[in-house]
Amino acid sequence: MRAKAIQFLRSAEFYLLLIIIGLGVLLTFLTDGFFTLENLFDILVSYSFLGIMAVGLMVVLISGGIDISFTATATVAQYIMATIIIKLGGNWLIAFLLPILIGIGIGAINALLVYYLRVHSIIITIATLNLFYGVLIFVTRGKWIYNFPDWFAEGFSLFEVETADGTIYSFSLSIIALLAVIALAALLMNRTSVGRQIYAMGSNMDAAGRMGFHLLRLHFFVYCFMGMLAGIAGVVQAQLVQTVAPNSIVGRELEVVAAVILGGASLAGGAGTVLGTVLGVTLIAVMQNGLALLGVSSYWHKVVIGLIILASVSITAYNQKLEERRHARIDV
Amino acid sequence: MRELMFDLKRIAGLLGIRAGSTRTYLVVLLLMLTGIFSIALPDQFFRIANLQSMASQIPELGILAMAMMITMLSGGINLAIIASANMAGIVTAYILTHFIAIGTPATTAALVMMGAVIAGLAVSMMIGLLNGWIIAYLSVSPILATLGTMTLIQGLNVLLTKGYVISGFPEPIVFIGNGLVLGIPLPILIFVACALFMSLLLRKTAFGVSVYMMGSNEKATLFSGIRVKRVTLKIYALSGLYCGIAALIMISRFNSAKAGYASSYLLVTILAAVLGGVDPFGGFGKMMGLVLALLILQVISSGLNLLGMSAHLTMALWGGILIFILFLNQLRDRLGHAKS
Repeated sequence: MRAKAIQFLRSAEFYLLLIIIGLGVLLTFLTDGFFTLENLFDILVSYSFLGIMAVGLMVVLISGGIDISFTATATVAQYIMATIIIKLGGNWLIAFLLPILIGIGIGAINALLVYYLRVHSIIITIATLNLFYGVLIFVTRGKWIYNFPDWFAEGFSLFEVETADGTIYSFSLSIIALLAVIALAALLMNRTSVGRQIYAMGSNMDAAGRMGFHLLRLHFFVYCFMGMLAGIAGVVQAQLVQTVAPNSIVGRELEVVAAVILGGASLAGGAGTVLGTVLGVTLIAVMQNGLALLGVSSYWHKVVIGLIILASVSITAYNQKLEERRHARIDV
Repeated sequence: MRELMFDLKRIAGLLGIRAGSTRTYLVVLLLMLTGIFSIALPDQFFRIANLQSMASQIPELGILAMAMMITMLSGGINLAIIASANMAGIVTAYILTHFIAIGTPATTAALVMMGAVIAGLAVSMMIGLLNGWIIAYLSVSPILATLGTMTLIQGLNVLLTKGYVISGFPEPIVFIGNGLVLGIPLPILIFVACALFMSLLLRKTAFGVSVYMMGSNEKATLFSGIRVKRVTLKIYALSGLYCGIAALIMISRFNSAKAGYASSYLLVTILAAVLGGVDPFGGFGKMMGLVLALLILQVISSGLNLLGMSAHLTMALWGGILIFILFLNQLRDRLGHAKS
């Protein structure tokens, strides 16, 4: 127990938590609006779909790859789903099942390409991002979709709480989906054989292959899982903003990448935790929210995200280098 | 007749076109595509206007592709090329539009113009140095390092311009992107100069050899006594400098600078490099291959444009072609292995 506690105190997650708390305290003093239930709740709801995609990306990074195409997947999935439930009608089952299937399908394509072409997955997924997104914009001519059916527009919630001043906080679709995805991923990565195999593959692909792990199947699993979560994120986002605009998710890839890397996942594979990812998303969300509350123009947001990515990858890489130097010995 | 064939063979040999090489396939592909489009578009494709527009588009994409290629040869990648180019363009444009007024004397104006161009090139080279430093001295992987600088610099570009376009440059600057020298568009001359310079650098200097060696095996290169860190710095600085040159042509051609120009080129530069025979893992690839790949991509893009295909579909097509080329490379490797 004590060993575990010490391990936690040394982990990236712990530092991340400290930074978030520090930032939270700072923002509480600097702004009136930050530390209110309403604002914190708003952050949770509006960043839930980014959180869902971040969990998916984390699994890809742990497996030793990267996926940039997930925003296109989410957009394609939500676009087709919205078109079908508006034209043909439907229910929540269809609204979720359809994007999930589309996401899994696109994920399977990515998995096949990454596995067989043996080129770094960033090159493959930059290509598929352009491919899927280009076709979507061409077919739909970039039209926005409004006028969801009532059942979809209203959303659903498990329970609602009304506070004294009349604000309603509901345990709504976004939050349920986010929590479900986090729980699913935590279970998958820590308690199942597949999860541990993904860590193994990310640490050393050749070794994992010689151990007898089915690498193609693992690739399918990882990229389809990412696709599935991108599909779910697409539904959640569409329900949240009540429109489907082809350009509203694409372009936000790097925010998600930043959050996941911040959470301790490494591009080299084999490292990353669900808790870290959740904290990474939280930090990005709190930071953007804080900048907005402080009245800093939104032009600064991308600069700050870039600085965060650079700082976190540099510190991680530098620490690793020092660590290696400490263990280095000269074999004669 | 026989003599003519012999001459053709010799010219082909000088250009590095031999049976079975990547370049031979590329030449055949280029001839085929040109043939197809000239049949499909009988009186449009070979019109002077189309050839001119093709010639004006190749240089900026081509120089950016060279910036991508040299990092890929060393086993890295530079995802920040477009962002670097835009920043160089914005800096140059800012100086040009803020320090030259209508009443400015000609000599001062000339100095400001030179200063603006040098500042733009310096900025993009500094970004390259920053990339190289992060990669070499902090041991961050090139993908992550340049992903970070790309985001940061894109952000800075939007912040600096507030999303607006900076436009209206003096005549000499506009000339860089649109002028003719001896009847040849100046950008083409700059492109050829850049290609020759990088080609010589890669083939004839110790630096070039170290770039290829690093791409094949970085550790072995280090152990063979090459200062890998310095070479990395130079590679990314050169890559940055080329982004700056491309930016100069680009802002001059558009007579404006903006944060979002050329944002679709990132994929196309990778595509051009890979199509031209650059190994995505580094170590292999030649300038001639890249130039042929650029010609092929330009023929496809102009042809489709004349056929009335949407820009978005072309974007999708680039993604598709890249995947297809990677597939062919993989196939060739496997067949090669099977033979040996």
